[in-house]
Amino acid sequence: MTMLPKPRGELSAAFFEALRSWDDGPVTAVDVAPESAEDAAITLWASHELSYRGFDDVDDGAEWEPALLAVRRELERELESRLRQRWPGAPQGRDVVEHFFDWVAEQDGPSLARHVQTTATTEQVLDLLRMRSVYHLKEADPTAWVVPRLPMAAQAALMELQFDEYGNGDPARLHTGLFARGIAACGLRPEQGAYVDEAPLEVLEQNNTLSMFGLHRRLRGAALGHLAAFEATSSLPSRRMAQGLERLGMAPEMIAYYTEHVEADAVHEQLAVRTICGSLLAEEPEQAPEIWFGAFTCLDLEDRLAHRLLEVWEVAA
Amino acid sequence: MSALRDTQPEELPPGTAGEQPAVVLCPGGPMLLRGHHVIEDEDGTRHETVRPVSAVCRCGKSASKPWCDGTHKLLPRKLRP
Repeated sequence: MTMLPKPRGELSAAFFEALRSWDDGPVTAVDVAPESAEDAAITLWASHELSYRGFDDVDDGAEWEPALLAVRRELERELESRLRQRWPGAPQGRDVVEHFFDWVAEQDGPSLARHVQTTATTEQVLDLLRMRSVYHLKEADPTAWVVPRLPMAAQAALMELQFDEYGNGDPARLHTGLFARGIAACGLRPEQGAYVDEAPLEVLEQNNTLSMFGLHRRLRGAALGHLAAFEATSSLPSRRMAQGLERLGMAPEMIAYYTEHVEADAVHEQLAVRTICGSLLAEEPEQAPEIWFGAFTCLDLEDRLAHRLLEVWEVAA
Repeated sequence: MSALRDTQPEELPPGTAGEQPAVVLCPGGPMLLRGHHVIEDEDGTRHETVRPVSAVCRCGKSASKPWCDGTHKLLPRKLRP
C-alpha cells in the first residue's frame, strides 16, 4: 500500500485533502500559500507521484484535475526559477561532447561515497540508503518521459541506455529491482516512497527536479544534461560505496547493486555524453546551454544533500 | 505550378542513415563494444558481455578488467588512451 505522505504544512495539508476527496468532478482551487520550503516540496513531490504510480488513497483520475495541476505548475515555476538562479551559466568556450568529462572533474563537492568508503557507520549508511531509495526506486523512469520529445537519432541513443536500466528485457535485472532487493536485504522497506516522510528538503528537491525535467518537453535538454552528469559521477563513487558496504559487512545484494553500477555507468557515461547529448545537439544545437543547466543542477543538488547529511552526521565536508 | 512538384525528395532524418559502429573508441576513455561478444583476456580467461553496449578498459588500470570502471578519469591526461 502506497499512501500519501505526511503533510508538512498548510499547503500540503490542503492539497492532500483535495487529492483524497477527489471524486471525478471539478474541485475548487487550492488557494493556500506554502508554509515552508519543505511544505512546498512535499506537495510537489506528491503531485508528481500521481504521474508515476499514484497512491492507494487517491483516485487515479486526480492526476489531470486542472485545479490540482495549477498547484503543481506554480510550485514547478518556483522550483525552476530557484534552480536557474543557482546556475552560473554555461561554461564559456566549452563543447558539451568534447569537454563534458573535464568540466565534471573540475566541479568540487563533498563526496558521500568517500565518507561511506572510509569512515561511515552502519547507521549512517542505512540513513543514506533510505534517502537514496526515494530516487533509486524510480531511477530511469523520469528520463523515459523524454524519449518521445527527442529527434530520431537521440531516441535510439537514449533507448540503448534505458534498455540496460530496465534490465535488458529481464525483470530480474531492472536496476530499480536490484536496489529494492538490496535494501530489503539490509532490513529496509523496498516499496516506492517508503521513506519519503523522512526525506529532507534536499532529497525532495533532487526528485522534484528530475520529475519536472522529465515531464516538460521544454526541459528535454536539461533532462539529458542531468542524465549525463549523473552517469559521469556514478562509476567511481559506486566503487567507493561497494567498498564501504564491504567494510561494514553489509548485505551482498546491496553491494551487488553498486558493483553493477561501476561497470554499467562506465558505459552509460560515454553513451549519455557522446551519443545521447551528442545526437540531440546535432539536430538542436540551441539545446547546449540547457544541457549545461541540467548537468550543473544535478551536481549542485547532490552537493547540497552531501553538505546536509555530513552536517547531520557531524562530519567535516 | 504545384507546390508538390517543387518539393525536394525527402531526406532521411539526420543521424539515422548508415551502419551503426559496433566498436567506438572514446577519446581518453574505453572502447565501446555493441552487441554480444566474448572477450579473451591476457590470461586466456573468457568474459562474456552482458549488456547492449559494453565498455572495455583501454588505460590498463581498471580494477574490473577487461571492463572499464572509470579509472582512466583519475589518470594524468598523458597516461589516458
